[in-house]
Amino acid sequence: MLGYIARRVLVMIPTLFVISVLSFAIIQLPPGDYLTTVVAQLEVEGGEVDSAQLAALRERYGLGESFFVQYYAWISNIVFHLDFGHSFEWNRPVSGLLGDRLALTVALSICTILFIWLVAFPIGVYSALRQRSIGDYAFTMIGFIGLAVPNFMIALVLMWVGLRYFGQSPGGIVSPEYAGAAWNLGKLLDVLGHLWVPVVVWGTAGTAGLIRILRNNLLDELRKPYVVAARARGLPERRLTVKYPLRVALNPFFSTIGWILASLIGADAIVSRVLNLDTTGPLLLRALMAQDMYLAGSLILISAVLVVIGTLISDLLLGWLDPRVRLRYGQ
Amino acid sequence: MHAIPTQAPSVMPAGGSTRRQDDEPLLRIDGLRTHFFTNEGVVKAVDGMDLTVPRGKTICVVGESGCGKSITARSVLQLVDRPGRIVGGEVRWRPGTGPATDLARLDPAGEEIRRIRGGEIGMVFQEPMASLSPMYTVGDQLAETLRLHQGLTREQAREKGIDLLRWVGLPRPERIFDSYSFQMSGGMCQRVVIAIALSCDPALLIADEPTTALDVTTQARIIELLKNLQDQNGMAIVFITHDLGVVAEIADDVTVMYLGKVAEHGSVDEIFSNPKHPYTQSLLRSIPTMRSSSGAGRGRLTAIRGMVPHPQNRPSGCPFHTRCDSAIPGTCESTEPPLIQFGGEGHRALCHLYDQSGELRDTSPKPPVMSVATVEEPQAKRPSPRADAPILDVQGLTMHFPVKSGLLQRTRGYVRAVDAVDLKINAGETLGLVGESGCGKTTLGRCIARILTPTAGQIHYRGTDGESVDLAGLRSRDLQRYRRQIRVIFQDPHSSLNPRMTLGQIIGEPLRANRIAEGSEREDRVAEMLSRVGLRPEYIRRYPHAFSGGERQRINIARALITEPRLVIADEAVSALDVSVRAQILNLLVDLQAEFDLTYLFVSHDLSVVEHISDRVTVMYLGKVVESAATADLYRQPHHPYAETLMRAVPVPDPRLRGSRNLPDVPDDVLDPANPPPGCPFHTRCPHRRDNHCDDEVPQLRSTGPNRHTACHYAESLTLRGVS
Amino acid sequence: MTWIAGEPGPVDDRPEGTIEAGSPAEPVPEREIAVAPQWKLVWWSFKRHRLALAGGVVTVVIYLVAVLAGFLAPYSNSYFDSEYAYAPPQRLHVVDDGEWGLYVHGYTSEQDPETLGLSWEIDESQKVPVGLFVKGDEYRLLGLFTWDRHLIGPKDAAGPPMYLLGADALGHDMLSRIIHGTAVSMSIGLVGVVLSFLLGITLGGMSGYFGGWIDNVIQRVIEFVVSIPTIPLWMGLMAAIPQHWGPLQRYFALTVILSLISWAALGREVRGKFFAVRGEEFVMAATVDGVSRPRIIFRHVLPSFTSHIVANMSLAIPAMILAETALSFIGLGLQSPTVSWGVLLEEAQSIRVIETAPWMMLPGLAVIVAVLSLNFFGDGLRDAADPYKH
Repeated sequence: MLGYIARRVLVMIPTLFVISVLSFAIIQLPPGDYLTTVVAQLEVEGGEVDSAQLAALRERYGLGESFFVQYYAWISNIVFHLDFGHSFEWNRPVSGLLGDRLALTVALSICTILFIWLVAFPIGVYSALRQRSIGDYAFTMIGFIGLAVPNFMIALVLMWVGLRYFGQSPGGIVSPEYAGAAWNLGKLLDVLGHLWVPVVVWGTAGTAGLIRILRNNLLDELRKPYVVAARARGLPERRLTVKYPLRVALNPFFSTIGWILASLIGADAIVSRVLNLDTTGPLLLRALMAQDMYLAGSLILISAVLVVIGTLISDLLLGWLDPRVRLRYGQ
Repeated sequence: MHAIPTQAPSVMPAGGSTRRQDDEPLLRIDGLRTHFFTNEGVVKAVDGMDLTVPRGKTICVVGESGCGKSITARSVLQLVDRPGRIVGGEVRWRPGTGPATDLARLDPAGEEIRRIRGGEIGMVFQEPMASLSPMYTVGDQLAETLRLHQGLTREQAREKGIDLLRWVGLPRPERIFDSYSFQMSGGMCQRVVIAIALSCDPALLIADEPTTALDVTTQARIIELLKNLQDQNGMAIVFITHDLGVVAEIADDVTVMYLGKVAEHGSVDEIFSNPKHPYTQSLLRSIPTMRSSSGAGRGRLTAIRGMVPHPQNRPSGCPFHTRCDSAIPGTCESTEPPLIQFGGEGHRALCHLYDQSGELRDTSPKPPVMSVATVEEPQAKRPSPRADAPILDVQGLTMHFPVKSGLLQRTRGYVRAVDAVDLKINAGETLGLVGESGCGKTTLGRCIARILTPTAGQIHYRGTDGESVDLAGLRSRDLQRYRRQIRVIFQDPHSSLNPRMTLGQIIGEPLRANRIAEGSEREDRVAEMLSRVGLRPEYIRRYPHAFSGGERQRINIARALITEPRLVIADEAVSALDVSVRAQILNLLVDLQAEFDLTYLFVSHDLSVVEHISDRVTVMYLGKVVESAATADLYRQPHHPYAETLMRAVPVPDPRLRGSRNLPDVPDDVLDPANPPPGCPFHTRCPHRRDNHCDDEVPQLRSTGPNRHTACHYAESLTLRGVS
Repeated sequence: MTWIAGEPGPVDDRPEGTIEAGSPAEPVPEREIAVAPQWKLVWWSFKRHRLALAGGVVTVVIYLVAVLAGFLAPYSNSYFDSEYAYAPPQRLHVVDDGEWGLYVHGYTSEQDPETLGLSWEIDESQKVPVGLFVKGDEYRLLGLFTWDRHLIGPKDAAGPPMYLLGADALGHDMLSRIIHGTAVSMSIGLVGVVLSFLLGITLGGMSGYFGGWIDNVIQRVIEFVVSIPTIPLWMGLMAAIPQHWGPLQRYFALTVILSLISWAALGREVRGKFFAVRGEEFVMAATVDGVSRPRIIFRHVLPSFTSHIVANMSLAIPAMILAETALSFIGLGLQSPTVSWGVLLEEAQSIRVIETAPWMMLPGLAVIVAVLSLNFFGDGLRDAADPYKH
């Protein structure tokens, strides 16, 4: 098992390296850089350019140097000093901007994954065990629709319903009256009251997808000879289902963590804007629009790393759960 | 509390001390009907099945695939999956003792049937690996049954489970107990499955083709095991198989099934020596027996016409009448045949040919007794093979496949699928190539056909002009002209034909690729070839999906022969076919050999088929040739211990020879061609291993008699026994 | 051969294993099945999937709408009347005073003195006559010829406008905008999938054909591309597109960027199938037949999984449509004056807009219908793709 973990962690390193190069390449794509944009803007507005400050920034980030020099300056600061660079637009260190928002994104993602599991598990099992029942058809239909509706539409509809029928917008994560307040029970309840909206919105597509996977897997497993063999040993139906096919069919719950995380982070970028959440998504959008390269690059890098870590966790869980994975690849 | 015997969990005969007379059966199936309600209509898989299982006896249920054998077995324990359902009949369990239970009426998920499953009736399935969950150790699954039915604690169950594993002959049972199914060989898994099925000392064991997926040596050992266990605990066995050799080996009584019904039932001696139903007779005549051949050359097998119809299209009247040579017109196709009793031993058959006293009716068109005269058709003449002019001379042929693993897919070693093999095939002969799965016989055939490029060695092919060329070294362009001379008949009738091409395109493809014939000439030649292999020429526009397994194998043969080849490699060409169809194809191959002056390399795991068709036989083990000899010599007296092991493992379809086999004790280890043992590759399993010489030095193939070669250090000093 | 349950089928001695092949909904004569090529078997088996069939029909209708957008939409893309900002949908009346006659009622508006917003009332006293095949704005039909007839529209082109699905902030007709958006949104899906299919089949095919280190490298690339979160990457790449690029350039940039990432899944599929089919005995048989390598690939290997590829493509189109919608929605995808469903939805971002004009969300309904029917269609096709199960 230890060997398996070590090997799996080792695989991550080249992936992470390529991801960092790619993230940096993307933010380097637009012609010019943030400073040229600023200079141009200031000149249009007739403002003055502080050449000394510009030069200092240029030197620090190696602007004007070759791609690899700039990349090295950027990545070495991140790896060795956890310094993600400077946000030109906010005029603050990127790491300072990220803190809270990243925590919220991660917290929301975890809540959403739990939500997806809680909903997908019973429905998936029900649909497989009662294949072709009315309930199965209904859930399959709902699943299809869940996959077809863009999640920002769900967000918009929920917002609209909230405003129309409850007279308040369910956006944001805290009500204005608690915004600056210290944490107490009232604020906690308020946050929980708001939390369900993004969780439902983010989780719909993932839930629909996971239900389908779980149902198909379980149906496959139910037809396996070892299920008949276990039945022929006299095992009660319920115990048999839980112990044998369900155990194998559960694999997607863990193997899809990475994939679900990727889709959640994607959803974050789009939905949080509608829901008015202070997560990393809207920050990335704004940074991209403003060509705030270090902020944008760091955000892309961090989302990718989060997904890679999610995949790692899911692989480790799989190895722990499935002796085939553990024993075949663990040597 | 629980006395755990070390040898057998229970030596008490089933049924306890009050054992009754034999005429009180343990299980009686009456008129069982299990139907499948599919979208395409009702499939009557089992339709009026009767079966009586006496205590302590072994009943074999035989028949070709699609006859409803497995469904019958599953119906007993209510294990039929949807859309199947038992729609009629009774399954009486222990009808002699008090109120008998009708298993067919129990709730499939209820407590009563669950107590019987695993507790009173154990079951073993065809795929040992697949019947164990890979997510749990085999010990877990074994202990589960013990705890469920006997209420043992975890520790007691472990202890008894390990005893059971030892009882079924598994070495190091403590380790096996904590292993997973995917870490073991098929034979070991089947022993575990048997241990689970017998763990609660059931009165009946239902074994559904338990040895079909196993190699012949493993099969023999599993059958031995079942017989030994039965001797110890007195259980009854319902043994389902399509292999008449296995039946002769193990059965007390035999039930022959055809299309969901009993065709004939009787004791094993009656069935083999005095079969009454034309289906039983034809089945027995269609199997190649290893006794017939001593020197006499190849006889023709008597095949059964056509094939088993789909249960959905069951013929009316006697279901067998469409294939029966003795069918009475006007009777057999319209009326259900009556049940006829023969003698007093319960020998009975459903057939119109006999009257109520069991005598053949005068009106019957053709006496359905076994008659040698009708079996032996005049044999096709063919020139005798010439030993001096080998058409193919293979030297040192080696095929290694790299084993890759790890992050960077580095090569960690090599699977030595074929390891320095020498082989000669004479013009006009049939060379049989036998060995267990994984021995490299298929790879060798593919190297010779140059589907694979061998790692090393030479393949000298002598053309019609007498020139010899080394095929192993040729590039694909130079190979092209030999492609039409060396052809292959493939194994899998389903995957070997491109489903998107018509017969005309499939069979015409080699003509097109080699620019032999174009346009209408190509069509004419394909049509002619079709009629040669027994298919109608107008099928040329049809697609393969319109044909059955046997017909597809004919198409396969037509494709191989259309280029007028000289050497044909038949790679397990009849292995996927049912006995009756197999006989048709074997006969066809023999006829075509004479007609087209062909040389065959016949690759097969089935020793009786190889014996039937081959002039000479080569035996392979772990990538190496261990023995090569004329068929009769080899089967009479092998020189290599592995050849002997194979011979003695083959079940002979003659119950009188039962028990004469005297199996060598060969452990059923996993063969790993990536990591062969040092020295003689067979020494780990060899019953005649003598000293360190066998462990250290690889024996070379050398001459051990006229026209025979053996790779054994002690070939001369061993006296080995072949087929009796 | 298939017989509906309960109906007695005629007795024949057709063997087991040939029955399942492409079982059609109604009995097809055995002779016809025997000579039926693959596409026919696929079609027979697809036909039995009601939902998939319906999905296929709707998909075809949507693509027809895309092709005939100019004719079907009452107004051209550029038509607007800012006097009618956020005018609500009108009901189309079919009977006029007991006789057949199409008309809609006109509007009256009132300005809120505080917010200066307009609130609309349907004025039952006004009648705007509506006709079929009316003259209107000129457009090019199928890109071939210019025409000015529209399927439906107000009879008097200079009179008051018709807003069957309401109007947006500038007084564009939503119905016309959605119809015009169909062409862009649906074609992005199609073009993007074709691009990623070309990439996927080339790289996946190379991987499967050459094997060895080429396969290794391509596989690593696929694994990498599949493992990174797509939307942030798309966002980054879209943001890098120069602002001065025109609508057409942006359109192509978007499709290229979408397919740059989504080829990987297809590539993996192609490679897997390639390997699976390469091991089939009929491919070995072709080698023994002396068939040339290109012919083995194109005549034997590729055709055996084209139906899977088509099914996969039709399942990939909805993902593309959703991606375009999402990117355009946040302003990084297509931009006005290009009209796509995503661009239209961008205007519906504010909760205030939705409150006053809920019909601004109607393009979302179009997205849902299109994605749903494509998913049904693709799902059914995937199930029917292999008619040779045995």
